[in-house]
Formats: sequence, C-alpha cells, structure tokens
Amino acid sequence: MAVGGSFDTFPKLLARNAAQFSSRPAFRHKDLGIWQTWTWAQVAGIVRAYAAGLHRLGLQPGDTIAIVGSNRPKLYWTLMAAQALRAIPVPVYSDAVADELAYVLAHADAKFVAAQDQEQVDKVFSVSDRLPHLRKVVYDEPRGLDDYDHDRLIAIHDVIEDGRAALAASAALGRQIDEFIRQGEGSDISIILYTSGTTGASKGVMLSARGCIDAATDTVRFDNLTDKDVALAYLPLAWVGDHYLNYAQGIIAGFCMACPESGATIEQDRREIGPTFYFAPPRGFEAMLTRVMIRIEDAAAIKRRMFGYFLGIARRYGESILTGKPVPLSGRLLYALGRLIVYEPLKNVLGLSRVRVAYTAGEAIGPDLFAFYRSIGLNLKQLYGQTEAFLYVTCQPDGEIYSDTVGPAAPNVDIRIAETGEVQFRSPGMFVGYFKDQAKTAEAMTSDGYVKTGDAGFFDEKTGHLKIIDRAKDVGRLADGTMFAPKYLENKLKFFPNIKEAVVYGDSRDFVCAFLNIDPVAVANWAERNNIAYGSYQELAGHPLVYDMVAKDVAEVNRSLAEGKVLAGAQIRRFLILHKELDADDGELTRTQKVRRGFIAERYAPLVTAIYDGSHEADISTEVTFEDGRKGVIAARVKIRDLQTIGATEPLGKAA
Amino acid sequence: MRAPDTNEILLQVEGVSLAFGGVKALRDVSFDIRKGEIRAIIGPNGAGKTSMLNVINGFYHPNHGAITFKGRTRAQMQPFEASRGGIARTFQNVALFKGMSALDNIMAGRTLKMRRGLLWQMLRYGPALAEEIEHRHRVEEIIDFLEIEAIRKVPVARLPYGLQKRVELGRALAMEPDLLLLDEPMAGMNLEEKEDMSRFIIDVNNHYGTTIALIEHDMAVVMDLSHRVAVLDHGVKIADGTPDEVKENQAVIDAYLGVAH
Repeated sequence: MAVGGSFDTFPKLLARNAAQFSSRPAFRHKDLGIWQTWTWAQVAGIVRAYAAGLHRLGLQPGDTIAIVGSNRPKLYWTLMAAQALRAIPVPVYSDAVADELAYVLAHADAKFVAAQDQEQVDKVFSVSDRLPHLRKVVYDEPRGLDDYDHDRLIAIHDVIEDGRAALAASAALGRQIDEFIRQGEGSDISIILYTSGTTGASKGVMLSARGCIDAATDTVRFDNLTDKDVALAYLPLAWVGDHYLNYAQGIIAGFCMACPESGATIEQDRREIGPTFYFAPPRGFEAMLTRVMIRIEDAAAIKRRMFGYFLGIARRYGESILTGKPVPLSGRLLYALGRLIVYEPLKNVLGLSRVRVAYTAGEAIGPDLFAFYRSIGLNLKQLYGQTEAFLYVTCQPDGEIYSDTVGPAAPNVDIRIAETGEVQFRSPGMFVGYFKDQAKTAEAMTSDGYVKTGDAGFFDEKTGHLKIIDRAKDVGRLADGTMFAPKYLENKLKFFPNIKEAVVYGDSRDFVCAFLNIDPVAVANWAERNNIAYGSYQELAGHPLVYDMVAKDVAEVNRSLAEGKVLAGAQIRRFLILHKELDADDGELTRTQKVRRGFIAERYAPLVTAIYDGSHEADISTEVTFEDGRKGVIAARVKIRDLQTIGATEPLGKAA
Repeated sequence: MRAPDTNEILLQVEGVSLAFGGVKALRDVSFDIRKGEIRAIIGPNGAGKTSMLNVINGFYHPNHGAITFKGRTRAQMQPFEASRGGIARTFQNVALFKGMSALDNIMAGRTLKMRRGLLWQMLRYGPALAEEIEHRHRVEEIIDFLEIEAIRKVPVARLPYGLQKRVELGRALAMEPDLLLLDEPMAGMNLEEKEDMSRFIIDVNNHYGTTIALIEHDMAVVMDLSHRVAVLDHGVKIADGTPDEVKENQAVIDAYLGVAH
C-alpha cells in the first residue's frame, strides 16, 4: 500500500514514487487546449534538474523561497526542488496586493521568489526595496517579460535546462544533489504557510516534514486514496488545504494532481478531468448549486417537473441509500430511475461523476446544501482543521455524516475541550512554531503541549462528534446577559441563497443587528424573472422589494432561533443591506473570505450608530481599492429595516 | 515602451483623396507607417479616420493618390488581396459570426492560410486533418495569448462586448498579419476592459512584432500606446508626430476644442 512508511521527507517520497509508480501520471496541466501529462519518473527527473539549477543560482539549505501564483506544475515543482535542497518553500496568496506580499516576503526573509507571471513579478519588484534578502526571481510564464532586466529575473524553464545541462556535464553535482536529499531529516522544516490573518498580521506556521507526512499518511489510509485517484489542484497554493489535500496526499498516495488551464476554466476542467477526490469550501458547493438552479428555472416545464420530482425522491431516500440503511424496494427503484435520468447526468455536468470522496470545510455548511449533494449520491463529508494542525483535527468517517457536526477526532488526533469551551488538540501534523515569533507560539500552546484552536465547541452527546459554535473570543453576551454567537447567526443567514455575506453585531449591546450582502447572481436572476429594473449592484441592494424578500429570510432565522433555548434571546431586531460587496481588497474579508467583524464596524461606523439609535436610513461613504491598487470612493444612503422578534422576547406573550 | 528598431517603411500613403459625391472624405492625405510601430490615427468625429483605414485595406478606392505597401505601389486593390498581402483588421462595430464559438471565429481567420479544398476539409482525413491540427495549434496559442480559454466554446453572441472585441482581435491575429488595423478597439469599454485591451495591443506589438495602425477616441489611451500619431480633421491631415509633439500642436487643440472654421 502506498503510504508514507519509513520515508520522512517529500524528496525521498518523490524518489520512491519515481521507482514505484514510474509511468503513472503525477501531474496534468491543460495547455493550449490539450491536457499535458507528466509521469512520476518524468517529474522526478525535472525536479532533480530544477534543484541543480537552483543550487547553481545559490539556493542553500535553510534559505526561504517564496512561491506566488496559481496552481501550475512548475510552481509545484518549485516546492519539490526547494525541499530537495533542504530549502524552505513559502507559498503566498497570489491575489495578495503588493503591500501584503511585501509583508510576507520580508518576514520570511525570502531569498528567491518563484512568480507565475508578469503580474506577480511586477508586484515583487514594486516592493523590492523592502526585501533586502531577495536575490533572484524565477518565473513560469514569459509573456510580457521580454523587456525586463534579466539580471535578477530568470525563467523556470531556463533554470531547469541549466540544471539538466550541468548534471549531464558533472557527475559530482548529481551526487551533491542526491546527498542533499539523503541528508534531509523528518525534523526539517518542510514548509512555512502563512495564515490568512483573521486576526491581525499573518503568522508563518512552520511544519516539519515528518509531521506533514505522518498526518497525510493517516488520512490517505482513512479515505483509501491510491495512485488511481485524481485530484483537481485548484485551491490556493498558499492555503494549508491545497498543500495537504493535493501536494502531501498526492505524493504519499501517488495520485495525479491535475492543474486547471486558468482560474476561469475550473468548471470545464473539472468536467474533463473527472476528479475522484474533491474538496471545495461550502461557498464552492453553493455556487455550483445556484448555477444549476438558475439554469433549471430556464428549462422547459417538463424538465423542471422531472427535476423537481426526482429531487424529492432523492431527499427521501438518497441519504439512506448512501449510508446503507434499509430502504423500501419501491424507494430503491424510484431512486435508481432518478439516478439514470437526473442525478448522474447532473453530477456529470458538474464534473462530479467519478468523485469517491468529497470534503468541505472552512465554514459551516447549510444543512439543505449538504443534504442536496449527499442525496444525489455524492459522498460529501465535513472536516475541521487549521493550519497549525496541518489541516485535519476532525473528519467524518463514511456512514457517520451529520450536517451540523464536524465528526470525531481524525486518526491519531487527541482532542479536549477546555473549561472555557475552547477546543484544544494534539496531532501528528501539529506545527513546530510560528516563524520568528516565539511569543505567539507560546500563546498558541497550553503548558502540556496542546494547541489552542481559538474555536468554541462541544462534543455532541448523541453522536460523540465535535460541534463548533464560533470563535471562542467572539462568543459574547448582550447587555442583558443573553448569550450571543455571531458566527452562528451569520451562518444561518448565509444559508439563504439570496444572502451572500452577513455580519452580526450584538456584543454588549441591547439587541442584535445584521449587515447583509445580497448574492448578486441569485438576486439579479430573481430581479430579471420579476421584471425589476436596476442599474447597479448598489441600486439592486437598496431596492424595497429586495428588502422585503430578505426580511422574510431574516424572520425565518429568528423563528429557528426561537425554537432553541440557549440563543432564543439573540434574535435579529434590525438589519440593513450594504451598498457594496464586502471585499478582501478593502480589508473587509480575509483572503479566505471570512468577514472581519471589528474592521467592518469601524469602517461603517455611521451605519452601526444609526442601526442602534433607531434611525431608518443613514449616509455612508467608503473608500474602495480597485484591482489595480487605485482607490475611489463609493457613497450611498442605506435603509434600515425593523423586524418583529418571536417567542420569549416578544412583549406580548402568547399565554396572555 | 520599446520604439521600433528600424525606420523601414511598411506602408506609404501619398496624396490620397476620396470623395463620395460632393462629400470630400479625404483630401490629399500623406503619411507613412514604419515597420514595428504602433501608429495612431486620431481626429474628431467625421474626420475621415475610418475612411482612411478602408482605403488602406482596399475596401474603398481612392480618387487620387497611391498606396505603397511592402514596396509595391497600387492604386486599386480588393479587400481579399489586402488580407492575402498581410493586412488584417477589426471593426468599429464588432463583425463576428455571432452563432459560432469564439474558437471557430478565430479559426475563420486562418481560412486564407489553409491549402486543402472544401472536399478535403469535408473528408477531414490525412493531410486535411494534419493541416487542421496545425492551424488549431496556432489558434490555441492566440487563445492563450488573449486569455480567453474560458470562452473557447461559447457562441460569441452570448459574450459581453469587451470579450467580443477580444475575439475579433484574435481572429485578426490568426491571419498573422504584417499590418494590423484596429478601428476603435476600445470604443464602449469600461476602464478595466480598456486597460486589458491596451495591454494586449502592446503585447501583440512586442511579442509578434506586428505593426499596428489604430483609430481611437480615448486620448489617454492613444498617447500611452502609440509611437507616432497622425491627426485628421475634415479629411485633411493637420498634424503628425510623436504623442508629445501632437499634444502641443495648436491646430490639434483647435480641432478638438472647436474653433470657428
């Protein structure tokens, strides 16, 4: 079986793969409209030449090399080549603006940068005065870079060719590279992943080679991943999810990483490749479903009815059939028919036909959304993890799937709940420390060696699975002492297709309020169907009918809160729809698209004041950053809507 | 931006006049386009810019004057001869085959380069297949170059305007022209689309070394992009030179700001 075993570094595993899976595909990449394939043996050869080339350029053990770009084979090979030389790769989010990029590159003492294209090279050079250690920038796509000063700039292709030529000329160099690989130890820092910075500046999480391999070996076994599997490598390189799910698991199991043609073609590429292992954040699954639903609305009546009928069948029997519970024969027959004419064709359109194991994580997933995918036969599961754990803390085993839990502890992970309600863990993949930040490292650990997740949660009594409520520090109380979990409310709101983002306030306040973003795709489609004219996102967001529609959704959330005991007092009393979409470029979301509540409260201070002082509208003007870094101002008058709360908090009790 | 290396003249227009009945669209216009440069033709509405392009690619025949392209002087030429000779163009109003995919539209730009006849093409076998693969490869390079992979198979009628313009540029590039004529490549685009298009025009010029003549209204774009600018007003050339020279020219300022004639 293909697992980590006695191998303690990725370069050693790569050598094993070259021998064991030599002619099996390791990478695919769609280029000029055709899927190009590299086998493990080819990749090992290229990486060896690349490492030799980088060595000749001066990359030493312990140096850091930053990688900025999207999922392209040459950038993955940069990871491999750097690790072969015992240098430390540091992937950086490719959509980071120059300033964020400068922070990470400077903090990581990056000596080399591997950049995807002209855009990234421009960003690096624009901040190069802040990067005293920077020696060379290597790049993948040559386009537009002809006129650049090539003293500090060299194409990855040329580095590889130079290395290949040098290896051919000198056997000593080859021995030297092999020696670097042989000397690699499990305790080496394999990679530094910078956290997205939900709270303050991002921190460099150092992970050891042994830790990465042990953790990923456990989950490769857990999900039976083999060299027959295929993953679509489309998640951001700098995110722990990509490094774990694709890179680490890919090398350990020997499966193929397929790199999409470009960020815009992921949908088509997924259809063409047909991955067997798939991860998407809840947002990704939701966008997929929204697109399907919109297109079904436009389909012929007979197709719409057929779709509706069989989705009903799927809802009734799908989950039971997937988990192997008893189902009446008639149900099985109807489900089989539905599979033939609806579910399988639908999965095929979405590129999910061959998926054996799919995961989602990062945010809570809507129960309806989760149930939809499972009911049509997609083995979708949840996991809970973080960069400091090298991803997995918990994950759901096949057959024990619930939409509101994240599953029991992953293999070899030890979890406990602190008295404060905080989830703490010890795991094989847990991090070594934050790069150049002893103080923060100490802060993140308990004295007995557990990592503090900062999330509040509890073990569900019925299932024994972990449930996450919110960030521990965000769980607050209203002025009257009622418990209030903002994220929990925000997630409930976001489960409605019309609501894209929600930010909820209430800590130390008299009541709970919500700032909402409408989903431009879903609401625009609704507007089109109802003949509602609008000129811009801002106009649509402020439309009274849109407010009416969203008010119904918010009232629905209040109703569901009223059913529970703990949070019934935290119902939403007032809400408004923001005039612009929250955006990571403006600092309102993190790069992983989580809302930054405190920052938003500061930025929209006039709205926060207005919503709590009883006004029915407020003026706001905000500075926005365009994609090219220029700034502009958006001004708007935003309306505020009141809502009735239900149950306990209603002044007129039902008993009266 | 890099200026062209040579002063070799690719196209010379000498004393061209064009009249439609009593309307004199062009009056004794002369200018040249050097190999490898980006040459802008600007002017207020009705100045004769599009007429000038139409004369260059043989769509209109001038009443007087001569045009020398790649050393050959000619008075009359048909548009297909122009494209065979290495002149490609895009149009002010997008002129694509709306029902065909972006890919097929760009493939259409290769038609003149295909040697196999209709029957061979229909058989799609042997040499015809090899030829199609070769042309498809060139087209894929253009798709990659213009970053339109995601819309390869989408019928162009369903595409937003900015992308249609890009597909049209792709079709013109597929002809591997020596001279590329762009008629208002950025008309009706928003700022971001304009910036994208500017980058593509510069890249085409740099990467393929294609000589480009463009008509454009957006002065900022013209001044940034072009090596030399010719200014027409009421069918007469009133200025010619580098963007900086033209900007200072009193006749140009008058023409744009409107002075009593």
